[in-house]
Amino acid sequence: MTIDLILFLVLSLIAVATALGMLMSRNAIYSALFLVLNFVTVAVFYLLLGAPFIAMTQITVYAGAIMVLFLFVIMLLGAESLPTAEVLPWQRPLAILLGFILAVEAVYLLITRARPAGDVLQPEAVANTMPNLRELGMVLFQNYLLPFEVTSILLLVAMVGAIVLIRREKRVP
Amino acid sequence: MVPINYYIILSAILFTIGVLGVLIRRNALIIFMSIELMLNAANLAMVAFGSIFKTPEGEQVFSGQIFVFFVIAVAAAEVAVGLALIVEIFKSKRSIDVDQMNSMKG
Repeated sequence: MTIDLILFLVLSLIAVATALGMLMSRNAIYSALFLVLNFVTVAVFYLLLGAPFIAMTQITVYAGAIMVLFLFVIMLLGAESLPTAEVLPWQRPLAILLGFILAVEAVYLLITRARPAGDVLQPEAVANTMPNLRELGMVLFQNYLLPFEVTSILLLVAMVGAIVLIRREKRVP
Repeated sequence: MVPINYYIILSAILFTIGVLGVLIRRNALIIFMSIELMLNAANLAMVAFGSIFKTPEGEQVFSGQIFVFFVIAVAAAEVAVGLALIVEIFKSKRSIDVDQMNSMKG
């Protein structure tokens, strides 16, 4: 067992456990904090895969910005825990059964049909260094410049949309 | 050296937990968090696939990472609009239980 494999197994245990904790916990604040931990674990996976830029983006954007927004809304609404009104008693077992089937099928199809042959290449020392990041930037701003600009427009539209939704409407007599 | 299949299996498991969250939980905020979890699982699969390919010259291929970058940007936009919607629904219904959201108006 190499050190990478041990790291992977421990981290994947943490990732699955925190995802389940997010799913199970009654209090929405605990769910959000579990999800932050999950995102941080996935960021470490990105480092293992030799993607340092994505790892840092994951921590700043997901674990930082997005989850802070979630926590802010949870506390704003005071919606930590809902009264549990079970309207459909068969819903939970059915959902668990369907989810299990989905997991089995997804794993089977991804492994047999996607044919991801081979190991993850050892992210060499060069993978997590500055020249590598420079290469990433070159590819992003040369080959993917148009999608990048479209993304900025998307963010602008989302911002305008959020403001319009939240704005208090003037009552027209 | 971690076989890539392990990453793919982990990604599928995380995705399934996200699906279960959407199916089981009634709190709209938790459903939203489950969607984030699903996006994250897909990102993990994409980075894992991207890391096993090299150009003939032995250079790293960045397309997978760049696509993940775009997915993160789209997720941020989605969260901004979605949370605005949830706040608005809470203002009119005083609840974010998705079972209560059964009318088109008000």
